[in-house]
Amino acid sequence: MAKLTIVEAVRDALDTEMGNDEKVIVLGEDVGVDGGVFRATDGLQKKYGNRRVIDTPLAESGIVGTSIGMAIQGLKPVCEIQFDGFTYPAFDQLFSHAARIRNRTRGKLTCPLVLRFPYGGGIRALEHHNESPESYFVHTSGLKVVIPSNPYDTKGLLIAAIRDPDPVIFMEPKRIYRAIRDEVPEGTYTVEIGKANVLREGTDLTLISWGAMVREAMKAADAAAAQGTRAEVIDVRTLSPCDWDTILASVQKTGRAIVVHEAPHTLGFGAEIAARIQEKLLLYLKAPVIRVTGYDTPFPYFKLEDAYLPNPERIGRAIEQVMKF
Amino acid sequence: MQKIVGKFSVKYVQIVDEKGNVDKKLEPKLSSQQLRDLYKWMVLERTFDNTALSLQREGRIGTYAQSLGEEAVHVGATFAARDSDWIFTDYREHASYLMRGVPVKNLLMHWGGSEDGMALPEKSNIMPVCIPVGTQTLHGVGAALAMKIKNQKTATLTFVGDASTSTGDFNEGLNFAGTFVTPSVIVIRNNHWAISVPRTCHDATWGGCQTRAETLAQKAIGYGFEGIQVDGNDVLAVYAVVKQAMDRARDGKGPTLIECITYRLGPHTTADDPTRYQDPKTLKAWLEKEPLKRFQLYLKKKKLWDEKYEAAVQAECKRIVDQGVVEAEKHKPRPTDMFDYVYKSLTPNLKEQRDEWQS
Repeated sequence: MAKLTIVEAVRDALDTEMGNDEKVIVLGEDVGVDGGVFRATDGLQKKYGNRRVIDTPLAESGIVGTSIGMAIQGLKPVCEIQFDGFTYPAFDQLFSHAARIRNRTRGKLTCPLVLRFPYGGGIRALEHHNESPESYFVHTSGLKVVIPSNPYDTKGLLIAAIRDPDPVIFMEPKRIYRAIRDEVPEGTYTVEIGKANVLREGTDLTLISWGAMVREAMKAADAAAAQGTRAEVIDVRTLSPCDWDTILASVQKTGRAIVVHEAPHTLGFGAEIAARIQEKLLLYLKAPVIRVTGYDTPFPYFKLEDAYLPNPERIGRAIEQVMKF
Repeated sequence: MQKIVGKFSVKYVQIVDEKGNVDKKLEPKLSSQQLRDLYKWMVLERTFDNTALSLQREGRIGTYAQSLGEEAVHVGATFAARDSDWIFTDYREHASYLMRGVPVKNLLMHWGGSEDGMALPEKSNIMPVCIPVGTQTLHGVGAALAMKIKNQKTATLTFVGDASTSTGDFNEGLNFAGTFVTPSVIVIRNNHWAISVPRTCHDATWGGCQTRAETLAQKAIGYGFEGIQVDGNDVLAVYAVVKQAMDRARDGKGPTLIECITYRLGPHTTADDPTRYQDPKTLKAWLEKEPLKRFQLYLKKKKLWDEKYEAAVQAECKRIVDQGVVEAEKHKPRPTDMFDYVYKSLTPNLKEQRDEWQS
């Protein structure tokens, strides 16, 4: 088995599935000759040719809109948007069409495309390169939203996303693109979409997170363990459809829940998780559900990004709060 | 130093004039049957249109977008595509659906407020109604790109309105079509109006109009391919120009933009009142140029039309549409279908909500 980073696992997944299925097409800005600005598609055009790894004009709505046309014609487009903040011009195509074509035609036509993009802060990037827009996509019925936090899941979830019969938004935590190196099996395997992963078992509280924040949650859990508090850590992995069974079973056991995400606080996916928990588990709760999140501000320029992003200290304070409640 | 680095021109095509006279050099070689088919499809679209308007007025369907006066664009262009070519519409091209074998029932179910109407028959090769105008340009171009990748000898035909040419997606679509040399033909139905905003600017120093471009066809030039202007009330001209463009597309020669000049003789939709913004004299002038009457004159000169034939065509179209009305009005959508087609399989959330609805 090779030890791969997250971005290498993305490339491996694309390579594997392009080898398995000639209908898989990669397209986006700079994905071909250049291999992508993060090298997620490095070498793929050389291997599969410029008819399957396509450099497009700079037009995000164009990339997604043409991918919809391709998907309807039986191809499996995997389109890349270069950065999170540049997905916004493609919202109309995603929300008005990709998400609705199956429903609009009562299943006669489908739109199995994958939209992948690096997301989130923490890399000292320019404005518009640090966004966490997952809530918009989760709020749109008809889309699936997948966010891996480690190399193994990245490859397995991306192959599963490409094989999924519905449009999948695949958000890659760019802050940890190269931060972790893990054993990743060669060849084909999938990680099921719609299943959360309990990364660490505990009995006192449940930390619920996804993407780059999972690592912060794990650090906070380590610190809490040193104080004698046993935190369970859940990597949600798939925000839509969400694995409520795993989340609710954990919180029923621990009675305390903290959601950690870097997207803004208000109407972040943490709000949905908190609402669900109180709907289903009110009498099991020993403390209110707390959200440790980005603030309700635009993502700051990078000199202040550390002040914005949740970190183990902030999570630690939330842990104290729920334990003392 | 300065020099001219580009010079461009835009061709205009008319084959049958308002009196029914034909330009013999440009007249397409169509059989008598095909000419009569063109006419019948236009009559069917108008019959459908009149009926749908009445149904809307009686509260039997919802808001409806008429095709009145624009039949030659829909029928001529659709007639020029092969059944294996795909069609991308916005929402006014009722004839395109009917010509692709979509029953009247389905169209009325759609306008009558049920998604079931756009569960289109297999192999109709036409996309469902697309309401966000301009967005479908990209779908047509993307589908054409897929056909090219798969080495298919097929092409796509996409309809947009004049206002769509102002959208980003229309322009992005043209740019993708130009760069990838896709087998796509984009037909602009220039009916002069986007609800109340006119196609043409009447104030030399201010907007209140769609574009100051002299033609819409010329927009193709900016993306490296040909744009042609056609008399959109002349079904033979629309057919001939679109046919040539579709053949070129299938032969790998790339996209064409075709601007059909027509006129919206009705309101934007049944929710609109054009008397608030339209000069009745202009409307009257365009009524004189409407496409069915003109094609009648042409067919009459070819001895393919007389009063008896007209009565038979009208009766046949009325029968088809009336039957569709009866069928559509029997239709009742299943409430659980709301949940069942969002994804291939029900998600936990949808399952819970579906169960709650049923309980």
